[in-house]
Amino acid sequence: MPIWLYILASVIKSAVVLGVLLGAVAYTVWLERKVVGHIQNRWGPTRVGPFGLLQPIADGLKLLVKEDLTPPHVYKPLYIAAPLIAIIFALTSISVIPFGNPITIGGYSIPLQITTDVNTGLLLILGVTSIGVYGVALAGWSSNNKYSLLGGLRASAQMVSYEISLGLSLVGVLIMAGSFSLHDIVDAQAGHFWGFIPRWNIFTGQFVGFFCYLTAAYAETNRIPFDLPEAETELVAGYHTEYSAMKFAMFFMAEYANMITVGCLATLLFFGGWRGPVFGPTILKAVLPVFWFAAKVFVFLFIYIWVRGTLPRFRYDQLMAFGWKVLLPIALVNVIATAIAVVW
Amino acid sequence: MNVHLILFLAFAAVAVAGAVNLLAQTHPINSALSLIAVMAALAGEYLLLGAEFVAALQVIVYAGAVMVLFVFVIMLLNAGVEERTQGSRVAILFGIPGAVLGSVLVAWVVLRHSGTGEVPAGALPGVPATIGPLLFHEFLLPFEITSILILIAIMGAVVLASTPPSAPVPPREEN
Repeated sequence: MPIWLYILASVIKSAVVLGVLLGAVAYTVWLERKVVGHIQNRWGPTRVGPFGLLQPIADGLKLLVKEDLTPPHVYKPLYIAAPLIAIIFALTSISVIPFGNPITIGGYSIPLQITTDVNTGLLLILGVTSIGVYGVALAGWSSNNKYSLLGGLRASAQMVSYEISLGLSLVGVLIMAGSFSLHDIVDAQAGHFWGFIPRWNIFTGQFVGFFCYLTAAYAETNRIPFDLPEAETELVAGYHTEYSAMKFAMFFMAEYANMITVGCLATLLFFGGWRGPVFGPTILKAVLPVFWFAAKVFVFLFIYIWVRGTLPRFRYDQLMAFGWKVLLPIALVNVIATAIAVVW
Repeated sequence: MNVHLILFLAFAAVAVAGAVNLLAQTHPINSALSLIAVMAALAGEYLLLGAEFVAALQVIVYAGAVMVLFVFVIMLLNAGVEERTQGSRVAILFGIPGAVLGSVLVAWVVLRHSGTGEVPAGALPGVPATIGPLLFHEFLLPFEITSILILIAIMGAVVLASTPPSAPVPPREEN
């Protein structure tokens, strides 16, 4: 493929994916407010537009025009850099996620991910989420405020602890697929049992791995039941106490973008990615995999929000004890059991 | 002057600038962040050599876990700006010529043994599928001994940080 075409395709894909991602982040906020509202037996936003659908636009506008106050005692370089780090790495991890089979336009095969199929795609996502911890830690420290510092410290310790279980729970999938490339992992989940049960990784033995991954991912993205770093009742607002307007919006967007990345990874690794019934004319055949992918990610976001509305949060010592003494051994046993099962 | 060389020089410049900044900064948090920049630049260099697995691991383990713990300790201990001490004349008199001599020696030995040819990307095996068997066959002994070393370090840290069981608890001051 000529280099100019490759660059043009990448730019178009980046623009489309970023646009869809930012729209998805805004409407995930809407979905969360509605679903948590209904769980708590009240309506969510209903006034701004039908079913409150224009609420995210109103929120975005408010955050844009709000006064961006920088408190005088903060450490300015890191105070400004921390939300940038958080949002940049939250949006970067979406670049290796494939949304469907490569499409063929004019004789060239264009992969449906922003990069080409990187053969260490999964490691790249793990690396980018590891760096995203700095956004939270540095925000807590640079705010020069005891609530923020405690929130930042708790968050970084929690995220580093659960990263181990996150990585180990993915090793089971890697053993079964034999490759780090996300495309290969999805292709390894082709086929059906008995004609109608799809051969997704969750049905072929990674059941424990999936729940390990989901729990570790909830802790990585600082969501309930692991959201002590931003607990309102205990830490004012944790690491983003001193942030207002656009910088706060960047932390918010980073958190929801991380949620969406977790959902995308879960569908790719455990639920067969874009595999689903494909039928109809060629244009439909190209669009349907992307639709199945989006539907599965939507289910994960709904589960995320459902758990948020249902569970109370962990105390910090319970959280750390759970991560090291329960989740890590389960992930290790999962790896050993998968390895034994594959070798036999 | 191809893209490979330009990228190599760019990453090398970032690494050297980060290292110099690490020494020049007075606040430890700035030094820690410069070290993270050095790690990231080294990961870029590994990628240029075709070692994508090592590059990813450099980011995940070094920049993403070890340096997070460094930053954590700096934040927890509230390490302040370092004091300016008087310079040492002996250090400048022997240090700078010594440093120059040392780097010339190292550069001479390296160039003597390996030349200035560049390694084309993909010449060395960098795929996880080739590194895995190496790690568990040829390099099994260093691998296992490193894990025992790390275990000893963890035990040492736990012993150092725990309170001794027989030390009396100091009485609280009465207001």
